[in-house]
Amino acid sequence: MRSKVRLLALIVILAIVLYPLVWMVGTSFKSQQEIASNIGLFPREFTPGNFADGWHKFDFAFGRFFVNSAMVAILTVVGNTLSCLLAAYALGRLKFRGRGVWFAIMIGTLLLPGHVLIIPQYILFRTLGWVGGDWPYLPLLVPHFLATEAFFVFLMVQFMRGIPRELDEAAVIDGASPFGVFRHVVLPLSRPALVTTAIFSFIWTWNDFFRQLVYLSDLKDYTAPVALTLFIDSTSESSVGPMFAMSLLSLVPVFLFFVAFQRLLVEGINTSGLKG
Amino acid sequence: MPVRPTEPAPPVPAAHRRGRAAGRRRREGLAGYVFLSPWLIGLLGITAIPMLLSLYLSFTDYSPLIPVTESNWIGLDNYRRMFTADPQYWHAVRVTVTFALVAVPLKLAAALAVAMLLNKTMRGISAFRGLFYLPSLLGGSVAVAIVWRSMFSGDGAVNSFLSLFGIKGEAWVNDPTWALPTLMLLAIWQFGAPMVIFLAGLKQVPVELYEAASVDGASPWRRFAHITLPMLSPVIFFNLVLETIHGFQGFTSAFVLSNGTGGPVDSTLMYTLRLYNAGFVELNMGYASAMAWVFLVVIGTITVVLFSTGRFWVHYSDSEER
Repeated sequence: MRSKVRLLALIVILAIVLYPLVWMVGTSFKSQQEIASNIGLFPREFTPGNFADGWHKFDFAFGRFFVNSAMVAILTVVGNTLSCLLAAYALGRLKFRGRGVWFAIMIGTLLLPGHVLIIPQYILFRTLGWVGGDWPYLPLLVPHFLATEAFFVFLMVQFMRGIPRELDEAAVIDGASPFGVFRHVVLPLSRPALVTTAIFSFIWTWNDFFRQLVYLSDLKDYTAPVALTLFIDSTSESSVGPMFAMSLLSLVPVFLFFVAFQRLLVEGINTSGLKG
Repeated sequence: MPVRPTEPAPPVPAAHRRGRAAGRRRREGLAGYVFLSPWLIGLLGITAIPMLLSLYLSFTDYSPLIPVTESNWIGLDNYRRMFTADPQYWHAVRVTVTFALVAVPLKLAAALAVAMLLNKTMRGISAFRGLFYLPSLLGGSVAVAIVWRSMFSGDGAVNSFLSLFGIKGEAWVNDPTWALPTLMLLAIWQFGAPMVIFLAGLKQVPVELYEAASVDGASPWRRFAHITLPMLSPVIFFNLVLETIHGFQGFTSAFVLSNGTGGPVDSTLMYTLRLYNAGFVELNMGYASAMAWVFLVVIGTITVVLFSTGRFWVHYSDSEER
């Protein structure tokens, strides 16, 4: 009996939580008249035309914005995994003078709000000639190749501390250098942490808006989130369906990651701060 | 976890083994800095120098329209203006503090409540957990904020639903009273991330404690107040720090819901949105830098305060077990 009540409560809460997402899917298939008149979740008349309308709404096809988003996200993944891995190996496994201080500073930057740095960084990148121009993505990417996302460094340090030290020592006795230990012991064993970092880098960059809004000023360079805000500017009623269709499409990659790596996503990152 | 076999390194000739310990230490020290170098460059170039630059800029009238060298030193004018002559600034502070004070506790309460409902072995639990977590993955995006904006507009889904019961709802996002609660609701909707952390914490609470309490005739409420809450306090603390810092930095949803203005009547003007507008719309970057530094100091202070009050209510019981 009690477990029935519990299950019922969970189902009701879940229905409320998922309602906006389901409503979004339904609305993106509704015709213009139906969006105003039909409050139900599902369209009476299935209208896929919203997708074509949204796709071609602006001077560039929406596909271009998705390609831009994917490029930024993929390069960020490469940068984050590589640079954070190197930093984490140094901070988590090697002994050298000053390590404790650097580690403390890294922890300090963990809580540093990105908004504090956005203006001086903008000025710096503008001085370097990276803002605007033909390829305005350097300001979005370069910081990720320099391990500035301290959260991932921390995640990997925590993970690497769990790799038995005896493996390093055995490799050293076999004559391996610190680079050899990195290449043959730590790198292969750190794969789970690398995968977590890669997936979350992708999702966070794909959803990121603040930085992309600041640095991308030319329509041809827009990423999907920045392009989506153009729909809000055009207040005409006729754009609601296409706006929903494109919003829905922009969530698909994250949703696919969710389906494929649900367990890892749910457990991997949230509890990492609790361990160790 | 798939483990690739480690290839053995080439054998070292015996003659080279002498004095190797010292050499190894030297090599490891060198290697440490080689591996650390990208991070060090980033720390210096992307974090430390910009931080100092922004401190300097906060005492100038810098605007991107002129070179840094031609901006004027104006002393504390930016700070003076912020605290005494910019009603919008205080408005943004009020909005942000209200947002954090209301949305964070409600979000944590929702997270804990659902985590407790889920803390039972029954079928489909991991599917439930995953689906509750989904909004946390999607919720920070522009797309979801757009949906939220439509849902809570005058003729949106929420009002259509209310009209079924004969209630005529407001145009929530366009109403100065209701716009901020709408924004809070979007934050609370993403309770899945703290929920997962609570769930992991609940699993650590020894079942024997509850059994013993039940034998002693403790009511469910007393078991919650005297076992669950104290045992969970480190996790509550962790979530509280994380969500508070996160709450203060909300930008995307406020930007989308108000179309970048922080409206209606500045009711959703989050601090970061005011900062963005000062720096990148009004192009008053000296002033925005001053805002950023005050923001940094305030967030730092709040973190320190949270940590120092934590001593009084966070209960670490399992120190000897680990």
